[in-house]
Amino acid sequence: MTPGTPAPQPPIGMLAELTHRCPLQCPYCSNPVELTRKRDELDTETWQRVFAEAAELGVLQVHLSGGEPAARPDLEALIAGCVDSGLYSNLITAGVNISRARLEALADAGLDHVQLSIQGATAEVNDRIANLPGAFDKKRAFAAEVTDVGLPLTLNSVIHRHNLHQIPDLVELALELGARRLEIAHAQYYGWALANRGALMPPREQVMEALELVEAARERLKGKLVIDAVVPDYYARLPKPCMNGWGRQSLNVTPNGRVLPCHAAETIPGLEFWNVREHALDEIWRDNPAFNAYRGTDWMPDACQSCDRREIDWGGCRCQALALTGDAAQMDPVCEFSPYHDDVQALAIVDAQKGDDFAYRRFARQPA
Amino acid sequence: MTRTENPENTELDTGGAPALSETDVVKIPRGVRLREDKARGGWVLLAPERVFQLDPVAREVLSRLDGERSIAAIVDDLAATFAAPRERILIDVRAMLVDLLTKNVLEVV
Repeated sequence: MTPGTPAPQPPIGMLAELTHRCPLQCPYCSNPVELTRKRDELDTETWQRVFAEAAELGVLQVHLSGGEPAARPDLEALIAGCVDSGLYSNLITAGVNISRARLEALADAGLDHVQLSIQGATAEVNDRIANLPGAFDKKRAFAAEVTDVGLPLTLNSVIHRHNLHQIPDLVELALELGARRLEIAHAQYYGWALANRGALMPPREQVMEALELVEAARERLKGKLVIDAVVPDYYARLPKPCMNGWGRQSLNVTPNGRVLPCHAAETIPGLEFWNVREHALDEIWRDNPAFNAYRGTDWMPDACQSCDRREIDWGGCRCQALALTGDAAQMDPVCEFSPYHDDVQALAIVDAQKGDDFAYRRFARQPA
Repeated sequence: MTRTENPENTELDTGGAPALSETDVVKIPRGVRLREDKARGGWVLLAPERVFQLDPVAREVLSRLDGERSIAAIVDDLAATFAAPRERILIDVRAMLVDLLTKNVLEVV
């Protein structure tokens, strides 16, 4: 941070990617294409220190994610670490490898909420997308155990061409499983999803129809089921307020301890991300040049700086600008004022007609 | 990601929400927590993927939701504590609770 720059507002939420290990192989995984291996993961004590530093910095909620966070045998101790620091803990899980006994241990440790991923509303669709036979039945059983233990449950479903038609069934499933919240999250094309865009991108008219269905269900189920939707932005006119602004409200910690403003930030060349092994979290949040690179509005191109929406969408997404224009400092090309806007729509239309096979998320083969 | 909301600023829409009577008991369910936010000042209600920033009035109401006292009892308490007209408090409390019930962050016992 240059002298005289005001300290940034403290973050509210932190995504703790505890591991990249996962029994599922979803082709839209938000993890980077190059996955971190177990031997490089942070240990229990370091995570507990990071949670304490996060709480001190102003973080209120921690999202324990992965990969599959339950692949960590110390998950109970990590939840206890969140509790000790007064943090609200949210477990983001695939729900296929947590026994009833372990779930009870996680609840006893003080877990606040469970978010269960669901890849489709039927076993056929779910298990093909996750590339794990039997996953759907395990998820259903796990959901029943979550509500039985008394923990609040959210279902999260990433939406794309192969399950877009199941939205009404996903709503019914959420009700049947006793979820209080349902996230209908259209795939965002970074990492694995970007590599699989030709296999995942839905046609425009189906996307619009799906948005109406979600809106109607939300209205009908008010007070019963909260439905949050993440919109598919390639077909949009205005960019999403990605992360509510770079380095503004939230941060990610990767399995090996690097601290990022968002999942995909490491795709941007020229940014050096500091590690919790070497720096305190507040120092990283305040002083890491990578966090300051796109913070606020000073970095924006002129067209964004003079736009009324500059503090609404914060220029959209830096990683998307990079992926689609080659320059992370461009305005998000989804924006109708971007010279690339038409190209993005054309890309989506072409990809929606492709019949690509999934490139499933896997660890690359180890070099000999 | 976490969204921040201020219940006082959100438009009140009771469509589809349960009617709330004075004898009802409302509670903060498991998975929702009321706590102080020292970094930013004030109090917050933490819910799944949501943070509600509370004004002092909202905090006074929510901190009285012990799962036992009825809305009527809480309104009596607030009217006495703040020497304010009961009818006015009842309207405000009911509006706030209905709003948060609609968002699924409170429960009727």
